[in-house]
Amino acid sequence: MTTIKILGTGCPTCRRLLDDVQKLVINNNWQANVEYITELPAIMAYGVMSTPALVINDKVVSVGHPGVPKVARLIKDAIEP
Amino acid sequence: MENIIKDTKDTIKPRPSSEWRSFALVAGLVVIWLGLYNLIQPFANWLAYDLLAQPEGSHLGESLAFFFYDVPKIILLLGGMIFLITLVRSFFTSEQTRAWLGGKREGVGNTLAALLGVVTPFCSCSAVPLFIGFVESGIPLGVTFSFLTATPVVNEVALVMLFGLFGWKIAGLYLITGLIIAIISGIIIGRLKLERYVEDFVWQIKVGQVAIDQEKPTWTNRFKTAWESTKEIVGKVWLYVIVGIAIGAGIHGYIPEDAMAHILGRNAWWSVPAGVLLGLPLYSNAAGVIPVVQALMEKGAALGTVLAFMMSVVGLSLPEMVILRRVLKPKLIGIFIAILTIAIILTGYLFNLII
Repeated sequence: MTTIKILGTGCPTCRRLLDDVQKLVINNNWQANVEYITELPAIMAYGVMSTPALVINDKVVSVGHPGVPKVARLIKDAIEP
Repeated sequence: MENIIKDTKDTIKPRPSSEWRSFALVAGLVVIWLGLYNLIQPFANWLAYDLLAQPEGSHLGESLAFFFYDVPKIILLLGGMIFLITLVRSFFTSEQTRAWLGGKREGVGNTLAALLGVVTPFCSCSAVPLFIGFVESGIPLGVTFSFLTATPVVNEVALVMLFGLFGWKIAGLYLITGLIIAIISGIIIGRLKLERYVEDFVWQIKVGQVAIDQEKPTWTNRFKTAWESTKEIVGKVWLYVIVGIAIGAGIHGYIPEDAMAHILGRNAWWSVPAGVLLGLPLYSNAAGVIPVVQALMEKGAALGTVLAFMMSVVGLSLPEMVILRRVLKPKLIGIFIAILTIAIILTGYLFNLII
């Protein structure tokens, strides 16, 4: 099972990324757990300084919202190697 | 894991031909932009004096011509220049900025931080993680504050609108004074040794190693990101721009010359602090405020008063203070606001004195 985490402090872009990821996972029937991480210590533990950040299987793959197509590709690459 | 990353890297390697196509597309857009920009003046005159048949020199005619000229001009300028600014910003990241600021002395560090504050892409919602990331990696508090101050004070929308409505000299003056204020407030905060007023949990957070395996963006990516940010920023402010210019146009056509000299002129000493106070709650409306201010200046308001007012609108942002409250104790926020306010008021007086 792939775990996807969205690190965000509650900004509009962070929620948009969370929405987009959830939609992608449902629409593509991907087996993945989506979590939204808002606690500062947990976010900082990943070493990112800009939010939102996308974490797939405990690895930071992007910061900011890179756009739906790229997000889809990043998740797809992790799920279907 | 390793293999997956390698594979993705291979498959997304851009073909040179698609890069050239992007360049051609952007070049085409630049040509269209220049064409439109040169059509604005004749179009505005035609619209106001011919189509709406207002006589040249009448109150309504002057106001309408002003409005029809400034709205397309400012929207075009915002689109073009914010695209350019975000394109430049795509070469900077917060992580890199932090690396550059590490181990810099007071002064040099503050100057560099203020400059990087202007070019590093940064939204106020990232202020907290960025603050923690900076101080945890050993960047002095004062240097961190220079960065955090420069970012809102030198706001891209404000800068473009100043350029469009006041010309490059005032826009440049605004940029330079904004940087100086950021540098000096950072140095003062550093000298005051206020580390104890940072929330205690900040010092306990363990910041992880940055492990982002991001491929180097291609030009096509950069253009795309810049295009998206431009759409987002212009989409957020265009309405304020139109309302602001409408009010400005009304003032331009109807209020007599020098009407403002009495209340907002350089001899009214109280107008600078009053302007700063008035600007405080107007945050995020810089786009709507600047056209009004420009019209007031035409009617005799003093430059220093106007600059101080705008810096207060843009730089002293209450929402950002609320966000920073998560990591700073109220006393430090108070000191920060006080230093910024005093710096802005002094700037206002200084310009009223010398210009």
